[in-house]
Amino acid sequence: MENKNRKQLVVIGGGPAGLAAAIAAKKSGLDDILILERDQCLGGILNQCIHNGFGLHTFREELTGPEYAARFIRQAEELEIPYALNSMVVDIDQDRNVTYVNEKEGLQTVQADAVILAMGCRERPRGALNIPGYRPAGIYSAGTAQKFTNIDGLMPGRDVVILGSGDIGLIMARRMTLEGAKVHVVAELMPYSGGLKRNIVQCLDDYGIPLKLSHTVTNIQGKERVESVTIARVDENRRPIPGTEITYPCDTLLLSCGLIPENELSRQADVTLSRVTSGPVVNESLETSVPGIFACGNVLHVHDLVDFVSQEAAKAGEKAAAFVLDGVPESSVQIPIETGGLVRYTVPFTVDPARMDENQVVRFRVGNVLKGGFVNVIVDGERKIHRKRMILAPGEMESVTLKKEWITPETREIRVETEAA
Amino acid sequence: MERDLICINCPMGCSLHVVLDNDEVTSVTGNTCPRGKAYAISEVTHPVRMITSVLPVDGGAIAVVSCKTSQPVDKERIHEVVCAMKDVRVQAPVAIGDVLVSDIAGSGADLVATKHVPCKGQ
Amino acid sequence: MDSNYDVLIIGGGVVGSAVAWQLAKTDLKTAVLEKEEDVSTGTTKANSGIVHAGYDAMPGTLKAKLNVRGNEMIHEIAPVLNFDFVNTGSLVLCFEEENRPGLQALLERGKTNGVPGLRIVEQEELRQMEPEISEDAICALYAPTAGVVDPFNMNVAFAENAADNGTAFFFNEPVTSLERTEDGWLVNGAYRAKILVNAAGVHADEIHNMACEQPIAIRPRRGEYFLFDKEAGSLARHVLFQQPTAAGKGILVTPTAHGNLLAGPTADFIEDKDGVCTTAQGLDHVRPMASKTIDHLPFSQVITSFAGLRAVPEGGDFIIAENAPGFIDAAGIESPGLTSAPAIGEMVAQMIVDRLHPGENTAYVPQRRGFVKVDDLSPAEWNALIAEDPAYGRMVCRCEKVTEGSIRDACRRSVPARSLDGVKRRVRAGMGRCQSGFCSPKTMEIISQELNIPFEDITKSGGRSKLITGWDKEDLQDGE
Repeated sequence: MENKNRKQLVVIGGGPAGLAAAIAAKKSGLDDILILERDQCLGGILNQCIHNGFGLHTFREELTGPEYAARFIRQAEELEIPYALNSMVVDIDQDRNVTYVNEKEGLQTVQADAVILAMGCRERPRGALNIPGYRPAGIYSAGTAQKFTNIDGLMPGRDVVILGSGDIGLIMARRMTLEGAKVHVVAELMPYSGGLKRNIVQCLDDYGIPLKLSHTVTNIQGKERVESVTIARVDENRRPIPGTEITYPCDTLLLSCGLIPENELSRQADVTLSRVTSGPVVNESLETSVPGIFACGNVLHVHDLVDFVSQEAAKAGEKAAAFVLDGVPESSVQIPIETGGLVRYTVPFTVDPARMDENQVVRFRVGNVLKGGFVNVIVDGERKIHRKRMILAPGEMESVTLKKEWITPETREIRVETEAA
Repeated sequence: MERDLICINCPMGCSLHVVLDNDEVTSVTGNTCPRGKAYAISEVTHPVRMITSVLPVDGGAIAVVSCKTSQPVDKERIHEVVCAMKDVRVQAPVAIGDVLVSDIAGSGADLVATKHVPCKGQ
Repeated sequence: MDSNYDVLIIGGGVVGSAVAWQLAKTDLKTAVLEKEEDVSTGTTKANSGIVHAGYDAMPGTLKAKLNVRGNEMIHEIAPVLNFDFVNTGSLVLCFEEENRPGLQALLERGKTNGVPGLRIVEQEELRQMEPEISEDAICALYAPTAGVVDPFNMNVAFAENAADNGTAFFFNEPVTSLERTEDGWLVNGAYRAKILVNAAGVHADEIHNMACEQPIAIRPRRGEYFLFDKEAGSLARHVLFQQPTAAGKGILVTPTAHGNLLAGPTADFIEDKDGVCTTAQGLDHVRPMASKTIDHLPFSQVITSFAGLRAVPEGGDFIIAENAPGFIDAAGIESPGLTSAPAIGEMVAQMIVDRLHPGENTAYVPQRRGFVKVDDLSPAEWNALIAEDPAYGRMVCRCEKVTEGSIRDACRRSVPARSLDGVKRRVRAGMGRCQSGFCSPKTMEIISQELNIPFEDITKSGGRSKLITGWDKEDLQDGE
């Protein structure tokens, strides 16, 4: 009889990352896998991302979020990978005991040979943004508004101001407009938008919605429901400049001000987290500081494109399978990848020359816009990569590929950096 | 006629300047790569957009089904197409790819489901 | 509907509800009139949640007496009424050697007030008690009886226990008229009572002035706060006050009853009695002041900021007296009002008992069932609960681990939650780090089912605070 309480692999999260990881793990030879999904269906946040633009890298065609998810769900079903829905993981420890709860099984603890963290991320709430004013109804994160509009068929507002020009904010500006709301303005604290140019043009310009860069919300009026929102220009220290306030009568404020990897469970397992990404610190195998616990997708670091999530997750699935099946020896050397210039972080954070791939993908993001600069990879003082980039922007994830042949156990320095023109 | 556009191909967001002579593009400037020129030409001669939205489902496990146009439609007709969806309801079950409305608002595009919606309770 | 009561309590905040709770032990017929859609929506909703030890108030004042008694009562009743109280103890931090005499004076005052266990702790011990506090703190007044309480929960517990034992609650019922009758009062032309209790918070002066010859004035004084993620909760172990000096009253930093960290409040007199907005100036004031106590407060982990109003009376002390025949004020209940609330309930109830000489409520049940917190359950207990009601296996609020079972329970109580905030105050769904981003649609669905109201009519906090404005495409205009 199959031991219900033991699994080769438990994948926490059935969104794009969890699905791709489980599929890759199965294809790599793992049979005994369980995906734990807290929602009532697989697919994660893609189910509410009904716009198109997904999958160009993976499928060479433009899909909507639900379609992209459906392709992975179908694969998982064809591979007969077991999953449990409405199942919330409430605890995980360093020995990879995963405890989850659902209405049918109650509280269950599974001992997993390997665990893949794929819980995704959440939106930054208003409190973290430090916006003064009242706390009436009508203030939503863009994702909550997206859930109401795209899953429940309900409008969270009629007259809308949006703070934050990340892609979700831009997409919601168009969605709300197409569903009959009036979107007055999108305000962005930074002097640049974190969203794709395509979304600025097709979600704002197409509908005549102004984008005000270097602006923030300075007041929210209305005691029961939002009645107006005041925005003001900010100086270089992001402090509002008195006298620049504009007040928009409206009933809704949507916030699209950044995503935070959701690592409550990682913390319970004592996984080391990065202060920069808020996600786990991982090595070349996407393995966290706790052996046998891997991470991928937005729980690891916030991605711009789901295609990259799928790629990264597949890698985590393969590595987790190898960990279980091949008994990969514990890493003896981990060489940190240092960052320089505008590079904020890299994933992975460290590499083991013995365990790394022949071509090791290293993803990173920059902290500011750089035009006409270079991306360099330096190994022990020697510049291995010197690539000109027309533009580097904080909203876009970048990557470089490290060659295994460059790195030995004696390597002292690996650095990924940007260089101004 | 002259038109100013922002290129959408990459974060550069090049400011494109397009000169037209009787709907014929005579010059594109401001682009830093060939993709910019191609974008400018299509955007000034025949701008099209995919439309995605939702329609209410009767008897479905969830309240609405997501949908898209089967092909991009003329940018000018977006509002018309969306208004044509206003009173449409569909019956569960719905499968991805089901045509929910053919040739919506005479745009030449069908409205196609992008999500499976099983019947309630299934 | 029979609307003749022995006692009508105006205001369902913690004070009014505490009076109702105490009166429920008698056979008096009592009702509470609340202008909002729920209890705990005024001053009780937004404050520091501190259970003060009682050294602050001047000896001989009502504040001094009721604070010490209230503190004692909270220790006793928290496990009976099942609200969240943590006996953290408090420290008043002294930052300058020259202010030490002031700290000593506070200690003496506390002793006079009857506060047990007070003592001064010096540097070394202080560091052991609070490893994260600023190097600048040189000593502190330690009050072991102080603590933190969940103010909503305490308020709801009083109200529910009162309702369970026969008290009627009327919501959305602002008092607009008071008429004296032969044997008591007629309120809003509809409710009759022998005795009125004025527990109307910042509006208590308006109620008082409708009934009494000598007018009073209550001024709202706003306090603004930061609430930090539970990750920051362990930075403070006690309620940390700064010693009040000539420079000001200081800002407190405290763990909350649920393990978050709270910093605030400001103290600004305002005109608007509904002016519970935070301000850039207020928040800018709290930040550096709170950082005096713990210099590395992680403001990046703030999950929300909020403001509340104190009901400040002119005379400085609580106004608790029969100020017109059959009209008892429980007014001007500013700090330490939350701590004092059960004692105010006891005192006012005794005044009424002395007047009306009621019998005992022989069916009185002192216990009130708390809400299920899954973290407090053993796996076996949780499983048993799920077997009984599968809704306890459906997690709705992931940040605070609140199940559908608890949310349904909140909607089914004798004083039920009717709104998103009502649920949040009772079971904490939406109170966590995502601030209801994920759970609000699901919570709304449950409220809609439980209270049989359409989803789109669910409010954040009653009145016009609707969350949904219509259906998709409902407002779409043809031909634009």
